[in-house]
Amino acid sequence: MNPAKLLERLLQLIPVMLGVSAIVFIMMLVTPGDPVDIMLGEQQATPEQRQALRKDMGLDLLAPQRFVHFLQNAAVGNFGISYFHRRPVIEVIMERLPATIELTLAALVIGLVIAVPLGVLAAVRKNTWMDRLATVGSLLGISMPGFWFGLLLMMLFGVWMQWLPISGRSDLASQVPVVTHFLTVDALLALNFTVFRSAMGHLAMPALTLGLPMAAVLMRVTRGSMLEVLQQDYVTFAQAKGLTRQRVLFSHALKNALIPTVTMAALEVGSLLGGSMIVETVFGWPGLGRVVVESIFTRNYPLIQAAILLYALTYVLVNFLADLLYTQLNPRVRL
Amino acid sequence: MSEASESPLRLSWRRFMADRFAVAAAGVVILFVLTALFAPWISPQDPNDSDLLRRLQPPVWMEGGEWAYALGCDALGRDLLSRIIHGTRISIFIGAAVVLIATGLGIVTGLLSGYLGGWVDSVISRVVDILLAFPYLLFAIGLMAMMGPGLQNIIIALAYKEWVIPCRLVRGETLALRSVEYVEAARAVGASPRYIMLREILPNILSPVIVVSTIRMAHVIILEASLSFLGIGVQPPTASWGSLVADGRSFIWDAWWISTFSGFAILILVLAINVASQGLRDAFDPRLQ
Repeated sequence: MNPAKLLERLLQLIPVMLGVSAIVFIMMLVTPGDPVDIMLGEQQATPEQRQALRKDMGLDLLAPQRFVHFLQNAAVGNFGISYFHRRPVIEVIMERLPATIELTLAALVIGLVIAVPLGVLAAVRKNTWMDRLATVGSLLGISMPGFWFGLLLMMLFGVWMQWLPISGRSDLASQVPVVTHFLTVDALLALNFTVFRSAMGHLAMPALTLGLPMAAVLMRVTRGSMLEVLQQDYVTFAQAKGLTRQRVLFSHALKNALIPTVTMAALEVGSLLGGSMIVETVFGWPGLGRVVVESIFTRNYPLIQAAILLYALTYVLVNFLADLLYTQLNPRVRL
Repeated sequence: MSEASESPLRLSWRRFMADRFAVAAAGVVILFVLTALFAPWISPQDPNDSDLLRRLQPPVWMEGGEWAYALGCDALGRDLLSRIIHGTRISIFIGAAVVLIATGLGIVTGLLSGYLGGWVDSVISRVVDILLAFPYLLFAIGLMAMMGPGLQNIIIALAYKEWVIPCRLVRGETLALRSVEYVEAARAVGASPRYIMLREILPNILSPVIVVSTIRMAHVIILEASLSFLGIGVQPPTASWGSLVADGRSFIWDAWWISTFSGFAILILVLAINVASQGLRDAFDPRLQ
């Protein structure tokens, strides 16, 4: 893609991002309850103090003015004070974000590692028992409510077999220096395998809960695109040239068949972000998703607002990158 | 009768009936619908009747279980089976309501957007783009945080985003049909846009719309259960499958049945809807198989 086209596509993101911000702003604007009351909580305050606080929070301005303020502040990462934590929202988010990213990446890896080989196998052995088994498996995967699947794993591996810890991240986190904020990576960097084992043990069930439904979706996509690619002339030609089956499958067919899989994986990041709220709640994973859910009950609106905005903007960017990747991998698509 | 002389609808129906899995799945879905309709008459106990003497009573096949409380009891001694049966109502009602509202809205906006084009299309498409930018569950959580829990609010929260899916589908199909001969012909004889949209285009795009709405119903049911599981959906004491699973969470050590059976009900219904809608899709359009 030439730079002019790229710039044009980037500019097209701006109205969407503005729209997203507007919706998030309106959501909080029409939320019942006076922010000043929520902020003050049990504390007593004189009308003058309340008025000062109101002015401080910019609540005395008109809605459009408040929206401009909101955008200006959001642009520099200022999302106000988290009512519950009594600290800037952005601090709380930055503290919790690495755990969520670690979980999401682990789920993405699990999804791809399961989906790609199974999808290829199901396509190559189309209409055999293996294909049917994979189809049934993926149907189960997309029909399974994540929170229930998580609880089943917990009962099976945590309560019954007692192989894995049932909640939290790891109590040994303080034993390794913080480098990447991903506990599994930090433990590896410090060559501390006790901590690494503990971190992986805590990560296993939440990542599996989040990753398996995605594997189901990606497997269907891989199977479909592999079937399509296998019918193409160049694959027939490669076979006719006398190349080995492995060679044809892996270096000719798979490379092209993976394009839709990669695109779909990027699109699935949206459901991973949503799903992480459920999974983090089930497993007590100390990520952003869990704070958002807790914030609903403490009416901690600034944090909810910031998290929704952050997630939605991430999603827009990931979709944009997926589009770019798709065009790069598949030269026939011209934007 | 040869296939060519059959009406498309009859042909689809015959293809669907030949798919044994899909028919069985549709049977399961119908069973759930009947359960929802007749819940008060078929549940063995009152779902909200608590009896602390039966606190965490196990299912009938375990020691201490009895037939009157076949699947055991929850922490308040309420009959789990009766609560699951009543929970069917919530899932099916919310699933159907959200999909109906969303499909209706999606058809109207999609037809207008695809047929009229111009600024109408631009406005609708921008709104769709913006709504698509929000991860679904997150958007619903945001709306529920704002509106507060409750049955009506869940329907609103889910429908707010759900209509985008039928809208995009209808828009695409309408664009494709706008210049086919019979639509051109209707335009040439002076038919109004309204007539063309509703009488010429809509009947011809209904089958993909029906297929997609049945698939979406499965998604909506899972979303409602997720909201109720998080505690921001249907409120106690009303039994919803999601909140039943959540109730059982604190007792996975000594009363595994509460979460297990409630979640199993969700899995079976959603699975049946998914299988049936795949059969429906294959029957309407065998090329997609």
